[in-house]
Amino acid sequence: MSLIWVPVLPLLGVLVALILGRFPRSMLALGTAILPAVALGIVISLIPDVFAGNIPTFYAEWVPLLSLNVSFMLDGLGLMFTLLILGIGLLVVLYARYYLSPADNAGRFYASLLLFMTAMLGVVLSANLIQMWFFWELTSVSSFMLISYWSHRSDARKGARMAMTITGAGGLALLAGLLLIGQVVGSYDLRTVLDSGTLIAESSLYPVIVILVLLGAFTKSAQFPFHAWLPQAMAAPTPVSAYLHSATMVKAGIFLMARFYPVLSHTELWFAVVSLVGLTTLLYGAYTALFKHDLKGLLAYSTISHLGLITLLLGLDTELASLAAMFHVINHAVFKASLFMAAGIIDHEAGSRDMRKLNGLFRYMPYTATLAMVAAASMAGVPLLNGFLSKEMLFAESLHQDILGSLSWLIPLLVTVGGALAVAYSLRFIHDVFFNGEPIDLPKTPHEPPVFMRVPVEILVVLCLLVGVFPEFIVGDLLMAVGASLMPTGVPQFSISVWHGFNMPLLMSLLAVLGGIALYKQRKVMFTFQARFVEVDAKMAFEEGVQRVIARAVSLQEWIDNGSFQRYSFWMIVAAGFALGAPLINLAEARGSLPLTGIDPVGLGGALLLIVGSVATLLLSHHRLLALVTVSVVGLVVSMAFAWFSAPDLALTQLSVEVATIILFLLALYFLPQRIGLHHLSPGRIVRDLGIATVLGALVGTLTFAMLSRPVDSISDFFTANAKTGGGGTNVVNVILVDFRGFDTFGEITVLAIAAIGIYKLLAGIRLFAPSADMDGRPWSKDANPMMLMQISQSLLPLALLVSAYIFLRGHNLPGGGFIAGLITAIALIQQYIANGVEWMRDRGDLKFQWFIVCGLSIAFLSGAGSWAFDRPFLTSWFDYFYLPLVGKFELASAMAFDLGVYLTVIGATLSILANLGKLTTGHRPTRPDGGS
Amino acid sequence: MELIYSITVGVMVGCSVFLMLRGHTFSIVMGLTLMSYAVNLFLFASGGLATHEPAILADGSEYSDPLPQALVLTAIVIGFAMTAFALILAIRARADLGNDQVDGRASESDVLANKLEGEKLRQSPEKPSGGKYR
Repeated sequence: MSLIWVPVLPLLGVLVALILGRFPRSMLALGTAILPAVALGIVISLIPDVFAGNIPTFYAEWVPLLSLNVSFMLDGLGLMFTLLILGIGLLVVLYARYYLSPADNAGRFYASLLLFMTAMLGVVLSANLIQMWFFWELTSVSSFMLISYWSHRSDARKGARMAMTITGAGGLALLAGLLLIGQVVGSYDLRTVLDSGTLIAESSLYPVIVILVLLGAFTKSAQFPFHAWLPQAMAAPTPVSAYLHSATMVKAGIFLMARFYPVLSHTELWFAVVSLVGLTTLLYGAYTALFKHDLKGLLAYSTISHLGLITLLLGLDTELASLAAMFHVINHAVFKASLFMAAGIIDHEAGSRDMRKLNGLFRYMPYTATLAMVAAASMAGVPLLNGFLSKEMLFAESLHQDILGSLSWLIPLLVTVGGALAVAYSLRFIHDVFFNGEPIDLPKTPHEPPVFMRVPVEILVVLCLLVGVFPEFIVGDLLMAVGASLMPTGVPQFSISVWHGFNMPLLMSLLAVLGGIALYKQRKVMFTFQARFVEVDAKMAFEEGVQRVIARAVSLQEWIDNGSFQRYSFWMIVAAGFALGAPLINLAEARGSLPLTGIDPVGLGGALLLIVGSVATLLLSHHRLLALVTVSVVGLVVSMAFAWFSAPDLALTQLSVEVATIILFLLALYFLPQRIGLHHLSPGRIVRDLGIATVLGALVGTLTFAMLSRPVDSISDFFTANAKTGGGGTNVVNVILVDFRGFDTFGEITVLAIAAIGIYKLLAGIRLFAPSADMDGRPWSKDANPMMLMQISQSLLPLALLVSAYIFLRGHNLPGGGFIAGLITAIALIQQYIANGVEWMRDRGDLKFQWFIVCGLSIAFLSGAGSWAFDRPFLTSWFDYFYLPLVGKFELASAMAFDLGVYLTVIGATLSILANLGKLTTGHRPTRPDGGS
Repeated sequence: MELIYSITVGVMVGCSVFLMLRGHTFSIVMGLTLMSYAVNLFLFASGGLATHEPAILADGSEYSDPLPQALVLTAIVIGFAMTAFALILAIRARADLGNDQVDGRASESDVLANKLEGEKLRQSPEKPSGGKYR
């Protein structure tokens, strides 16, 4: 079976869990377990390959140019973690079946659990850095859902958010680190990266990479000072804790360090940072664990301590340290999972986790107590149990390092102290809970759990014993394979066995056990001392920080984005001014090399009209009708300017748009205040805005002059040369629109259509104040449709339509075309609305303008798509000449069909804008001459 | 001629910027309209200012640059759509918010002006009811 199924099957299991959520619990648990179990079977079937050195892989290209590929591989390291994730995951599924209460939504629980399992498998199996990061973040997200599973509880929500924030922030650091690695190596492929150790080590970015990757690992693995989230995550249901804090979530950080161990370690920086952080975490966690009264709190800090131990091992510069670290990963996962499950059983059957209340439980649940005691002994490092072996290895390795130079002797000493603390808190776990008198007012009488709730614990405890007694037999090959991943140059000889003879590590173990017993004996004194510290609730402190950050962010956002359009446009215009001004400053001289043409009186007159019109618009802007008149003057002169400067098409377009625009403005003015006060303009504001306006005007003017006085090297000659031969038309502008740049035009009529539809929506259901008189109190004329206007416009309509047809048809060769013809038709129809009224038009066929738009766009599209039938690209044009009697020689071109589409779209859009607005004005007009409504 | 053309475009841009910085929707739409005139003239000028040389192919004469013309032609139509959209948006805002300020807050002087207008309407003999909502 292919490797891809290993992460995919649990992902499918998410669906199974959701679907089976309503079925009986046992069925749900069984159904959920099937797919991960198959995945485990696949992994087991691949084990011989991995041991033999043939690493199974899966590779599929996704976006190869960005080095983004779906890539998985199962090397020794990945195999070890995969076995833990799937194996312990399955046990947790079984355990949770009995742990969850009937009120809990078990389907959601199992779905989140399997999603998390998928994410973890993705992390450990990924052979592409970006893909690995994706799964890494997915673990943060899915663990959020698991920790906050009891979302009605405030501590669960806060704990989940804290875990998410800290590990998520670390994830971002990791992403930066991975991107840097990709930059240095030139590939995101993991195997390429692992082969480029020297390249990375010699890069100047090496320290940055190490720090960023370690930030990711330390936050995830709860290393000091990023440990605070782990105890808070204990608000999760115990099966979640048993999974997240033994085999998976927190081990992801360890995995990351191990994954990049071959390329990133072997430098002073790595050893110093990793070992010291690990040592601090080891001691801090072990010390704090001793004072926790909550069973899960003790286990949480013990987990932190053990994670520190593993990190410390990864930071020691001895041959076997990293291998010892991996061995401890297995051992810790096994005994910690069983301990969490035991704690969950106690909580479940005794109703409390407070060790001040839990006493003497051995009498009530001897079997569970025995299992828990064995596991706790393994945690303490008692011989014949797996915890002992890896702790011995730590002691041995700590003697061989020389990280701190002449102070290196401190490390074995501190490690022994850590060992003693571990013995002390393990002893407390055993003695305080199972012996030490009678229970103190527990909510219920403790008893043994259901048989199958105990089974996962039994399996794990048996593993503790088996590994402890026959280490070489059970995990020897696996560790060999892991070693091959960590040390590609060759794994040194090693032997794991229970008995190495009398030596220093054994003495250190002995000292640790004796010291631990002594510490536990003196616990009363230590508790009194510890009580003098003021305990800070990490959750509350964190929450306070979060709230402060949010408050700052909100006030910052309100400062920048205060909802004032005026302010936004002010800054946009200022920014535009800077963008325009900077290049102009660098331009030595505004005037270019071209000779200037002489001033002709027509041009001068037009310019003066434009200037006067613009300034008048500005000055009269409070008197809106007059401002509208002056704006229309400007528009008219602009269209004349186009005509003067050899652009007849533009002149025609501008002229017809001008008419439509002015009608639109007049309609709008009917609904808007027609006069506004000027008192609100503060003098400061006027000066400021005049200043900006002057600067902008000067900038644009200079730019125009600079452009006009310089020669242009444009691509236009191509269009002029090919318009007739390639496009079949002599009006080059029209040929460009419908042929050369037809796709642009297609986009533009689409925009036009969208604007029209947007306006249609804006006008739907509008509630408008329709004044019955103008601003001076004069009532609107009741003669809405003057006879003369009606007569003239009705007789003009056929003529106008004929003109527009003519303009349309000649467009390809003479000024005209779809845009202009469409506007003329639209105006001719609007004129009918104005002259005869909406009702009159409705009686003569209610035109659905939306259909014009739809037809126009469809015709334009189909005329372009037609070229696909001839295996040509979209909008390839075709034309030919034909001869008909009477008509004579004429031309047919596919571009004309396209132009027809443009024509219809323009009619539809213009009419639906104007007519829909116009309809609003009529509904309230008095229908009877006496002014009633 | 180039200098005069540039000055004209500059003045139009200046006026439109001032109008666009106002708080009333109608002034802003006016400013937008002026601005699109100015921008079209500017774009058009990138092809040079030639008289009596339209880009209609005939025998061996000089032609003005057709490309800016094609660009400006669509710009005019799109500009119309944009102006229309902005204007209808202004009407809608007036209908929903009850004033014609872009920031949705009526200034005091406007409230006063509206009041005066309303009084005038009430005084007008033909139409005592003033108007109504639909």
